[in-house]
Amino acid sequence: MAFTKICKIEDIIPGTGVCALVNGEQVAVFRPSKDEEVLAISNTDPFFQSNVLSRGLIVEHQGELWVASPLKKQRFNLTTGVCMEDEQFSVKAYKARVTKGSVEIAA
Amino acid sequence: MSKMKLVIVGNGMVGHRYIEDLVEKTDVSEMDITVFCEEPRVAYDRVHLSSYFSHHTADELSLVKEGFYEKHGINMLIGERAININREKQVVYSSTGREIQYDKLILATGSFPFVPPIKGNESKDCFVYRTIEDLKAIEATAKKSKSGVVIGGGLLGLEAAGALKALGVTTHVVEFAPKLMAEQLDQAGGNQLRQKIERMGVNVHTSKNTLEIVPEGKEARNVMRFADGTELETDFIVFSAGIRPQDKLARQMGLGIAPRGGIEINNNCQTTDENIYAIGECASWNRTFYGLVAPGYKMATVAVDHIVGNDSQFEGADMSAKLKLLGVKVGSIGDANGRTPGCKSYVYQNEEQEVYKRLIVSEDNKKLLGAVMVGDTSDYGDLLQLMLNEIDLPEHPDTLILPAHAGAEKPTLGADSLPESAVICSCFDVTKGKIAQAVAEGHHTIGDIKAVTGAGTGCGGCIPLVTSVLNAELAKAGVEVKNDVCEHFAYSRQELFHLIRIEEIKTFDELLEKYGKGYGCEVCKPLAGSILASCWGEHILKPELVKLHDTNDNFLGNMQKDGTYSVIPRMAGGEVTPQALSVLADVAAEYNLYTKITGAQRIGLFGAQKDDLPAIWKKLVAAGYETGQAYAKALRMAKTCVGSTWCRYGVQDSVGLGVMIENRYKGIRTPHKMKFGVSGCTRECAEAQGKDLGIIATDAGWNMYVCGNGGMKPRHADLLASDLDQETLIKYIDRFMMFYIRTAAPLQRTSVWMENLEGGVDYLREVIVDNKLGINDQLEADVANLVGNFACEWTDTINDEAQLKRFAHFINADERDDNVVFVTDGREQHRPATYTEKNPEAKGDILHVELV
Repeated sequence: MAFTKICKIEDIIPGTGVCALVNGEQVAVFRPSKDEEVLAISNTDPFFQSNVLSRGLIVEHQGELWVASPLKKQRFNLTTGVCMEDEQFSVKAYKARVTKGSVEIAA
Repeated sequence: MSKMKLVIVGNGMVGHRYIEDLVEKTDVSEMDITVFCEEPRVAYDRVHLSSYFSHHTADELSLVKEGFYEKHGINMLIGERAININREKQVVYSSTGREIQYDKLILATGSFPFVPPIKGNESKDCFVYRTIEDLKAIEATAKKSKSGVVIGGGLLGLEAAGALKALGVTTHVVEFAPKLMAEQLDQAGGNQLRQKIERMGVNVHTSKNTLEIVPEGKEARNVMRFADGTELETDFIVFSAGIRPQDKLARQMGLGIAPRGGIEINNNCQTTDENIYAIGECASWNRTFYGLVAPGYKMATVAVDHIVGNDSQFEGADMSAKLKLLGVKVGSIGDANGRTPGCKSYVYQNEEQEVYKRLIVSEDNKKLLGAVMVGDTSDYGDLLQLMLNEIDLPEHPDTLILPAHAGAEKPTLGADSLPESAVICSCFDVTKGKIAQAVAEGHHTIGDIKAVTGAGTGCGGCIPLVTSVLNAELAKAGVEVKNDVCEHFAYSRQELFHLIRIEEIKTFDELLEKYGKGYGCEVCKPLAGSILASCWGEHILKPELVKLHDTNDNFLGNMQKDGTYSVIPRMAGGEVTPQALSVLADVAAEYNLYTKITGAQRIGLFGAQKDDLPAIWKKLVAAGYETGQAYAKALRMAKTCVGSTWCRYGVQDSVGLGVMIENRYKGIRTPHKMKFGVSGCTRECAEAQGKDLGIIATDAGWNMYVCGNGGMKPRHADLLASDLDQETLIKYIDRFMMFYIRTAAPLQRTSVWMENLEGGVDYLREVIVDNKLGINDQLEADVANLVGNFACEWTDTINDEAQLKRFAHFINADERDDNVVFVTDGREQHRPATYTEKNPEAKGDILHVELV
């Protein structure tokens, strides 16, 4: 599984997410803080089958980070892709890292 | 077993309550129910009859939820009268010749207005005041009249006088007794009330015995001649000199009738025929008939209980009342006239503020027997409980009515001192025990308690007491009342607002570091974003604020189900020029946008992809449009009717005012979205009373209504102030907006905020009009600052290269989202394709089956 470079870390405003196209898949990439740390899950909200998760709010519950879908606020774990409201609707999680200022995703 | 046949004669407030109670307590599909309703409409709120003149639709007064009778299979005969009853055969004969069999018969025939035997009382200029039809007739006559007289200075008479005044005629009240409200007030209280009413321009004539009414007036159509030799000229006369039980049918069928009139009933509300019940004003219990609605409601409950086998009894009713007549607060409790032998009084009179209060206590100074209040009824709830529950009085009973500045601490009536059986809400007969039970069942807010028990939803006078019972019960149950916004902040929204404001906190990180913990969540982040915007008017797209906002605010559009956005430019007051309209049409066509008129009197373009948004808005801004903030928790718009500039009926320029206030308050971030409405006359075509702020034109200025809502839980707005000039109106709106911003819970609409506001609209009026909290200058300054800082978010965005980068769908590719697919079917414009339309092969997937 190879890592693909998608952008510079400073292209992502701290506390927000962006959407990247990696091997034909839409990946939501989040930068929770101003640190050089990123997390990635699928960009598709499984409740609506719409590609919107990168536009959700990054939130913290139970000591873990999630994204709240901008459509109906279901939360998806940024590390595992598990859906807090209903595990049947969990999404794919991707490996993500920052190397020399570049954000890289493995898909 | 055959169904029980139930016939109810009369569909007034009590007759309707009987059916509501029955539906609640038993399965009415097991019964055949027939209702006779003589009036041309089903039950309506007669208590607030005079509001017909200010609201002007009979529907608003209706007590019956649409489809209620149909839903429960009740046979409602509107406009049909029961004319005779055969008790042996148990058959009711109707005015249309119908014959209906009954097993149980309920008489709820109400009362009729008493018209004194005065010569000339049958003139076409003489009216009574009881039904909507009566009001329509009075209104028609008032239009061709300059003056009107109400005969009767009691509760109903003063209500009628208020209506006449609202109709714009010179109003007189003529009373036989030497004082107003002889039943409820003592002489001094009556005098105080008279003084206040006269200052409002209503002429009061007491100790007047009217001998005749003759059409010989010089200045007006009629002249009234009194026993003392004086005369009064008037165009028309309204009789409101008391009521008499409507017991004609009962007399006809030979039921027992009480000496002073009214159908005799026992403690089960049965008449002398055990299969026939009588309830409400037509009934007489222990030789007394009750002209108030609360005892009638109680009878309705008892009569239902007797039929369904519950145990309850009617044992008389308390006639205490708290009202507002012609804007004057009046309260009367128990023996207000001090007729109990040996009783003593305490009196407080303040002529400067026109307040009068009197306590009547027992000979031993231990129990409260009665009370009179004019001008200030804030003690009513506590005093009523002291009387009803025979609670021992404090050592110095006068401390109960003295104002705070008199020095003595006012003894407060703790909820704990009340017995479980104490009736807290007398409108709906809700006891302390019932509220305690609701709390135990998990209803922990005043709004919930109101919804499940009905307490406080009638006159609302008991709300402070309901609140204190609620708090006492919560404390007892060890429930800590927590208003924490979320796990990251142990503060209420109101507390956070003040912290941010006082400490001049400008970023979420600073707030989190000082007062919170953890990272933040979907509750506290947008909340903080909203407060920061409300406090400092900061641009919501500042890089350090972007992470706080929902996508709607970040991309300045409302996200739709497929991830596209809506584009809704401002059309203040619903005005738009043909030129601007054609630009909108061109843009919609160019970017393939679905086009629709929204519910907010503007035009929405739907299906815009994120990366098209800046280009679309560039064209719109160039044509003079600005953002409509349809995506924001902020003032959305002011809906207006055409108003006096065009409309034949309009009395003020509603569009002009709507445009002005929309532009003044646009963009101000509020705890939830807000909508305004402005109507140019009382016909209310802008539906302003269903808005957070509603303004309705009057001949003299503007009436200001607050906290209405359409949507999921409709609520009529409350009248805050009347006949305001524009300058005062704007001040009041400033204060209202900022007070709401400061004190509401997260995502709480004004309607819910109001339901939970202790003291309700009266309290809000004290804050906004009387400056009770002394913060009005601050509130106005805050608004002025925000108004001055307004900038169109879209104009700023398209002029900022750095912002534009965020609008691309992919950060690493120029492609667009190939999942956004439209189809056109049925109607002429496109819509988002469904999942199965996009993925025909996925039809078997149970999670995504389309419901056809």
